[in-house]
Amino acid sequence: MMRPALPAAAVPFVAFASLLRGNGFVVAPEQTTAFLAAITLLGPRSLEHIRRAAHATLAPPPERREAFEALFDAHFLGAVELGRETTEADLDDMRVQEDRPGGLEPAASDAINEAGQAATAAEALSWRRFGPADEIDTLRRLQRALPERLPQRRGYRRIAARRGPGLDLRRAMREAIRNDGEIFWLPRLNRRPRQRPILLIIDVSGSMKVRTDAHLRFAHTLVRAADRIEVFTIGTRLTRVTRALQLRSQEQALATASGLVSDWDGGTRLGDALQAFLAVPRFAGTARGAVVLILSDGLERGDPKAMTDAVKRLAARAWHLSWMTPLAADPAYRPETAALKAILPHLDALADAGSTERLCHHVLNLAQVRAA
Amino acid sequence: MVVRAKVAGIDSPEALAQALISAFYLADDGLATAAYLALALGKPLLLEGAPGVGKTEAAKAISGVLGRRLIRLQCYEGIDAAAALYEWNYPRQMLAIRQAGDKPIDIYRDEFLIERPMLQALRSPNNAVLLLDEIDRSDHEFEALLLEFLSDFSISIPERGTLSAGERPVVILTSNRTRELHDALRRRCVYHFIAYPAPEREAQIIMLRASSVAEETARAVVAAVGRLRREALSKPPGIAEAVDWAEAATVLAKGGASWPDAFKRSIGVAIKDEEDNAHLAPRLDAIITGAAA
Repeated sequence: MMRPALPAAAVPFVAFASLLRGNGFVVAPEQTTAFLAAITLLGPRSLEHIRRAAHATLAPPPERREAFEALFDAHFLGAVELGRETTEADLDDMRVQEDRPGGLEPAASDAINEAGQAATAAEALSWRRFGPADEIDTLRRLQRALPERLPQRRGYRRIAARRGPGLDLRRAMREAIRNDGEIFWLPRLNRRPRQRPILLIIDVSGSMKVRTDAHLRFAHTLVRAADRIEVFTIGTRLTRVTRALQLRSQEQALATASGLVSDWDGGTRLGDALQAFLAVPRFAGTARGAVVLILSDGLERGDPKAMTDAVKRLAARAWHLSWMTPLAADPAYRPETAALKAILPHLDALADAGSTERLCHHVLNLAQVRAA
Repeated sequence: MVVRAKVAGIDSPEALAQALISAFYLADDGLATAAYLALALGKPLLLEGAPGVGKTEAAKAISGVLGRRLIRLQCYEGIDAAAALYEWNYPRQMLAIRQAGDKPIDIYRDEFLIERPMLQALRSPNNAVLLLDEIDRSDHEFEALLLEFLSDFSISIPERGTLSAGERPVVILTSNRTRELHDALRRRCVYHFIAYPAPEREAQIIMLRASSVAEETARAVVAAVGRLRREALSKPPGIAEAVDWAEAATVLAKGGASWPDAFKRSIGVAIKDEEDNAHLAPRLDAIITGAAA
């Protein structure tokens, strides 16, 4: 199998693997080897065989299949049509955007970042990074306190414990062997507590503009501190930004996330966006048994019925559903819009999102709120 | 990497697809290629897709074609080594110690070892297919365990040392994509995403799986199911549901129900969620009559 130099026939296939890497796909060396072996096995009698071998061994995720096909055609057929432009028709229905593992290149820092829209967005965000000093402090305290204060449920994995319903036979046996086959006490097993999953949905529409950055910083802190968490932004589109926010540096994380979201400060179609979220079973599954936090003012320009319907379905899945609006900072605040009034009975809490401190306060007290 | 071009008499994806049809499974070119490559390259096959597109059925059909026993491990949250790899039979060990009295006894012999699915497959790689079903339900700890198993096909038992397979067992993993799998796991496998089939193929599948169903019925069901999948449902009907629906409607029609009525009355086998039912209710008539036309 091993050859000192790459045979000429293999070159285009190896080159294709590096082309994929250059376009944000994750391709491991062993996958390239498997790709070559697969092509040898299949003949290949036609280009279709090569395409199928590529699908099977290089494993493009289904969401990026289209981009994969375009690269394949460009590489093996010489087609030039790369990166289809968004047509007007596309804009009409709710678009779901997802960050992919491979696509996660941390945005370069502003110094080396040249022209281009993404760059300016990154720059703008990094400019605004240093929020008020007390906010940084609040978030730091949140990150420290969070792991212990988040709501938990009993997991299904069992660990050795002082008391519990299960017998740890393995440990008992080891003890017994040490004591000539005599058992003096019975070690126990108990179910290990696990953190409940968190689902954070952030409204990035125009009406929330002043709070969006703070909300993203808050989301980044949550992602860093919590174990299982998903973050989406909604506006006129639904975008998954969890992966981007996993980057350690807040500056990079926010810049990467802002590069993914393309509906900053736009209009609001909350109902449609939430419906789109529920229509993808993989996303909707993240709400099951979860702590769901929606950061939005609830100013819906679309059909309030779509929103009520979506919130009702979300509430049925969630363990606790809180709607957090900056408008509630005013003690005299009462929900006025038809949509907010209609969803009120389905919410577990309507909380104040007026400041980062209030957000942190709410999240840290979730476990107690629900227990009460 | 050990490459064997011919496995159990199958030497190309086309031959495998043909063999799968005789096991009542209609595989498309992509699946046949991926499955053949997995067998030939000795790598695990990872099948992803929405619930009900036939991932588990594919595994069953492949084990049937190879003439091997299917060892199935259903994954769930908290599944651990004791359930997936092996466990010692502690009560028996204890009894043996008591009975032996003063004589020395080896309590780590085979008779005290309970083989769980992954160890079973490892010990009989030539006559078993290991199916790890719905790995997306398991947690990260189990995924790590799996990674170790799939990379060198060996299991280490502290009391016995490392057991490794003489030959690589055939392993098939399925996932419903309720969460993302670790990249390292995807990388080790040959991958295929099973999408909903084209209408033509789905009708063929229905007729292959349910022989009592007439071609017109199959086509009508496929059209209706296609429309249902375009709705925003929390549980869109899979192929299994389409087959059941066609069969149920055929049974009702034989009992004297008229056609659109038979479809409507048997909707319960296709839509299994109260919310989805309520969501569809106003348009259900239109969808069914549109499809039956």
